[in-house]
Amino acid sequence: MAGELNYLLQLFVSGLSVGSVYAVIGIGFVVIYKATKILNFAHGEILMIAAYFCLVLIETLHVHFLIAFLLTLAFCAVIGLMVERFIFRPMIGEPVFAVVMITLGLSIILRPLTGMVFGFGNLMFPSPFPQKPIVFSNVVVSYAHLWTFIISCSVMAIFFLFFKYSKVGIAMRAAADRQIVAFLMGINVKRIFSLSWAIAAATAGIAGILLANVMVMNLNLSFVAIKVFPAIILGGLDSIVGALIGGLIIGVFETLVGGYLDLYLSGIKEISAYILLFIILIVRPYGLFGTEEIERV
Amino acid sequence: MLLRSKTFIETYQEDLSLFRTIWIKFWMAILLISILVFPFMVGRYTLYTINLAGIYIIGAIGLNILTGYTGQISIGHAAFIAIGSYATTILGERTGLPFYAIIPLSGIIATLIGVLVGLPCLRLKGLYLAMATMSFGIVVQYVLFQWDNLTHGALGMAAPSIVFWGFKVDSDRKFYFLIAITVFLLGFAAKNMMRMKIGRAFVAIRDRDIAADVIGVNLTQYKVMAFGISSFYAGISGSLFAYYTTHVNPEYFTIFLSVEYLAMIIVGGMGSILGSILGAMFIGIVPEWLRIFFGFLSQSFHLSGLVFTQQLKVITYGTLIILFLIFESGGLFAIWQRVKTSFKSWPFTY
Repeated sequence: MAGELNYLLQLFVSGLSVGSVYAVIGIGFVVIYKATKILNFAHGEILMIAAYFCLVLIETLHVHFLIAFLLTLAFCAVIGLMVERFIFRPMIGEPVFAVVMITLGLSIILRPLTGMVFGFGNLMFPSPFPQKPIVFSNVVVSYAHLWTFIISCSVMAIFFLFFKYSKVGIAMRAAADRQIVAFLMGINVKRIFSLSWAIAAATAGIAGILLANVMVMNLNLSFVAIKVFPAIILGGLDSIVGALIGGLIIGVFETLVGGYLDLYLSGIKEISAYILLFIILIVRPYGLFGTEEIERV
Repeated sequence: MLLRSKTFIETYQEDLSLFRTIWIKFWMAILLISILVFPFMVGRYTLYTINLAGIYIIGAIGLNILTGYTGQISIGHAAFIAIGSYATTILGERTGLPFYAIIPLSGIIATLIGVLVGLPCLRLKGLYLAMATMSFGIVVQYVLFQWDNLTHGALGMAAPSIVFWGFKVDSDRKFYFLIAITVFLLGFAAKNMMRMKIGRAFVAIRDRDIAADVIGVNLTQYKVMAFGISSFYAGISGSLFAYYTTHVNPEYFTIFLSVEYLAMIIVGGMGSILGSILGAMFIGIVPEWLRIFFGFLSQSFHLSGLVFTQQLKVITYGTLIILFLIFESGGLFAIWQRVKTSFKSWPFTY
């Protein structure tokens, strides 16, 4: 009995750690969605490129992890700015379908290009965290997972404060709420769009580095972002708090399913989130915290 | 529609006909003859590429009916093609029915599953529908991998061979005619369907669904119908694919295949049957040319030819999607129409 409980607790803890990364990725989706009503399918690829970039900085150029981390964030922000400026700025006002398809196109281009530059094989990310796990009364937690959780939570807290109190954050919320009114109030909406892309790409960078620590590094890293769709749908596409809670729930759910059902249905863990997504979409498409859309002709 | 001068339509019959003028009939006849002569003029490899493009055409018409005409974004088209392929191989393995029963049956099985998926998806639209169909695609691929008893998992399945009255369809040329006939029948059906009430209802739903509801289009019925018809085309396409490649494997039916089909209809032109045909041919053939042109590059990237080809293909689709959406959102169909109009109205510019 105690063993059972321990097992559950263990799964729960690692689920929380995975879920916190999902939440960080989810924030990236939500920030762009709120500002521009676009779902960025290329988010996972930015995340993957960030991980590879950081790896090269550390392995080849022998940069210290912290500096590499910051450089990667800056690099990602620049990618985000460029993508926004050259691909999405010309598309303002076009149908959402066209813009989303462009992100999809971008995502499938970036994968093979990354592969051609960095190789298609598996790589090991030199984890800066100690390998030896910590043991809290029978529950084992690795440092990588613990740090992932701590960093993700701090990122979330920073975002919460940023949107709540900073001038730019409030301007971003205003632009998301009603673009034209925000524009008339003197907010530079175009700059807000660029900023949203830069911030989203930077969060993708954080998530990419964190994931590279706990996963095998290869091109499949980008698929993690697809797994976050259930999380942001559950939380509501336009809610930061929703992304946080949705991410944690999906992370825990997935780990629990993997822990208990994998014996009977191998690989069920990988698709459990999608099955949940399907159910959420049918029962409550706007999620827990999302705005319910009212339609008029 | 712009008609050449001195062409007068005098009866309703003429106005409704698919090929309205003698010249269109003439060009159609030329096209038909060239289609018939074509397989005897080209090599095996070209024929293989064209056959695959023919199979793509059927699937692309299906996706265009759902996404282009009805406006329901689907990133799970590969799932229905997979269902068609596996229906064919499973029916072939278990029942031994002849091919002219299996191909339509595969289509019907895909239709049934399409309707089942369409029903819960009725409440969703836009991005949400895209995500729901995408997750459906991923779940189907998982089922194909895991349901060993039925699908033999990752090993894949062999397709039955096509034999009727002692005549065996085994060469590329024989398949060419089978595929060409199917494309012709299904393309003709789709073209007419989209001119009928049902096609107009689809377009109304795409343009403004609530307004369509108000003027009396039954949204439930027509949305489910769009899913059903689209899946039927996908099922037939998958069935022919299984027969032609003789072996199906779940690895083929990834999300990338769905994106490939989206690329076809975007490149060809959304909401146009001719557009689906042009797009499928384009996507089917262009990566092959690129492979020939850029084949030498594979050494410089330390890749085997096969991996390189696949990566190149994916990059091509992605680039085409982006370029077409930014510069020519009507696709090849719009270009074709512009060219045609400028020929017709020559020497005037309007």
